[in-house]
Amino acid sequence: MEMVKMTYREALKQGIREALLNDERVFLMGEDVGHYGGAFAVSKGLLQEFGAERIMDVPLSESGFVGAGIGAAMAGMKPIVEVMTVNFSLLAMDQIINNAATLLHMSGGQLNVPLVIRMGCGIGRQLAAQHSHSWEPYFAHVPGLVVLSAGTHEDARGMLLTALKSPDPVILFEYTFMLNMEKEIASDAGAMDITKAKVRRDGKDITLITYGNGVYKSLEAAEELSSQGIEVEVIDLRILRPMDEETFLASVAKTHRALVVEDAWRSGGMAAEVFSRIIEKVFFELDAPLQRLCGVEVPIPYPRHLEEASVPQSQDIVSTIRKMMGL
Amino acid sequence: MVFLRAEGFLGASLEWDKEWLPQIYKIHMEKRAKEKKVSPGEQERHLLYQMMLIRRFEEKSAEQYTKEKIRGFLHLYIGEEAVAVGVTQALSDEDYVLSTYREHGHALAKNMDSGAIMAEMYGKLEGCSKGRGGSMHLFDANINFYGGNAIVAGHLPMDVGMALASKKQQKNIITCCFFGEGAAAEGEFHEAMNLAALWQVPVLFVCENNLYAMGTALKYTHAMQDLEKKGGAYEIEAYAVDGMDLIAVSKAANDAVKYIKTNNRPYFLVCNTYRFRPHSMFDAELYRDKKEVEEWKKKDPIPKYQQHLINKKLLSKKQIDEMEKQIEAEIKKAVIFADEGSWEPIEDLTKFVYSGQKA
Repeated sequence: MEMVKMTYREALKQGIREALLNDERVFLMGEDVGHYGGAFAVSKGLLQEFGAERIMDVPLSESGFVGAGIGAAMAGMKPIVEVMTVNFSLLAMDQIINNAATLLHMSGGQLNVPLVIRMGCGIGRQLAAQHSHSWEPYFAHVPGLVVLSAGTHEDARGMLLTALKSPDPVILFEYTFMLNMEKEIASDAGAMDITKAKVRRDGKDITLITYGNGVYKSLEAAEELSSQGIEVEVIDLRILRPMDEETFLASVAKTHRALVVEDAWRSGGMAAEVFSRIIEKVFFELDAPLQRLCGVEVPIPYPRHLEEASVPQSQDIVSTIRKMMGL
Repeated sequence: MVFLRAEGFLGASLEWDKEWLPQIYKIHMEKRAKEKKVSPGEQERHLLYQMMLIRRFEEKSAEQYTKEKIRGFLHLYIGEEAVAVGVTQALSDEDYVLSTYREHGHALAKNMDSGAIMAEMYGKLEGCSKGRGGSMHLFDANINFYGGNAIVAGHLPMDVGMALASKKQQKNIITCCFFGEGAAAEGEFHEAMNLAALWQVPVLFVCENNLYAMGTALKYTHAMQDLEKKGGAYEIEAYAVDGMDLIAVSKAANDAVKYIKTNNRPYFLVCNTYRFRPHSMFDAELYRDKKEVEEWKKKDPIPKYQQHLINKKLLSKKQIDEMEKQIEAEIKKAVIFADEGSWEPIEDLTKFVYSGQKA
């Protein structure tokens, strides 16, 4: 398989571009997606290629344009709505939860809302307490939404394409931290499955369950631990709702230990949900207490050293796993 | 036969033939259907019928509420009938309509089946939203009626999006949305107005100003109470009309629709109206004077329009009686339909969350 080097940003852009080429009903709208080229330069050049009908700059009206995306989806279009950061999505929460997630049910199955809302999230650029959060769990709490987390370059490239085929509203989380990160991906990478979690690395000693920014950090930690004789199985949840539990339950049944790593705040995060399912379904397989490394419960601070300290780092993962293994 | 001859449809030289007569009759009826005004006063009587149907349907709903057949919130449209009927008559069947939680009138005006509405309010499977929505969430995609939206102003951005889609698809249709003056204080109203004007999409914004946002009067909620003036901030053409007068509302709505179709721009129509009943069945009406309600009842749109048609010799007392009987029968049928409806099995509880029925 031929591999090419690509930044996470480029992977996102290629996914959007392919979606626009594939289906005339697809259009992108969001703040600064057109003339500015995207707040994080993801959509740079797309306005020139596809024109203003399909790459729509919108005013700073999160509720307004997310709602308009919902309406357009109801009426037969396939909108990709970009919300600049997850922090701004709270201004559109009414539309996302009260409308997008609810209309199918409230109408007795009559109305589908096939739209994709992309949002950047997480730390990485010292953007402080109103631009840096990881709020995947807020959305994963809501029945009716499909919640995806693109923790790798191949998912950044391909999740959107499958998401646009979903008859139901999809929230797609992208990670600011990874935008400039280069990785190798297959030159023919395309649409990715959006129903199953993925084992990113096989291991027999412990199961590490993560998503988003946690994926590469966990793989890095697993690499280091491997040199110390500990084989970590790394599972990328990918789909936070509806959650694929089979993949991690099977892994825990094999390794008998589990650690969850996430950037989101600890209380009520995805770790709590994953643990509940492990306890409900495979409790007697466990040889050690479950552990989690989550975001510290503080609004994200501005200085770099504090920003980095507010989410789990690869070295934290290494030391936690060594402890869990009794080393 | 008399009917056909009276219409002057068949020439005298034609001979009756049992084979082709029904065919001729069908062609004739299709031709009649194409001409909107089929006979003098028929369209007018139809609009009166719709207003009377809404009134009686709402009275029946209140009755069924006291019998505990209908539960939850029930918001009655009594007093405001001229708005739904006057605006909807200006629309085509293909046009999209979105409404609020006080939407029974709009649904009936858009020709939703009264039985399906009553069954929905009962929570029965035979309801227009399979019972999942109730009084506040009537939906029927087949007639382009998209709710029944109970977050005040929450449907306004969707409305703009539906119009945006129809513009992109080059469909010649209008999206019409009804909302109250309470919604005009929400941010989503202003965002939607700006987007609609910016994108030049075919939206008809209809503000039903009934003077109270639940129990708080207009003067306590809007700094600028001539609501139509808000259109100016977005360069949206706007007009305020007496919402208690069907003729005035119809004319204003026809003008609005013509404007939207000619200019491909949104329009803001304010209908000044009044609800005769409390906000919902829980409302003790502590915030308004009984005298005020009585004053407004003198402006009741139904007797006013009846009198107008009688004066114009388009309606007789006998015809009113016939309409009342017809409405009584329709509502009786709706109640029986709802009473005989079925409860969705609890095993189906998690249906309609995802299209593919994922848990």
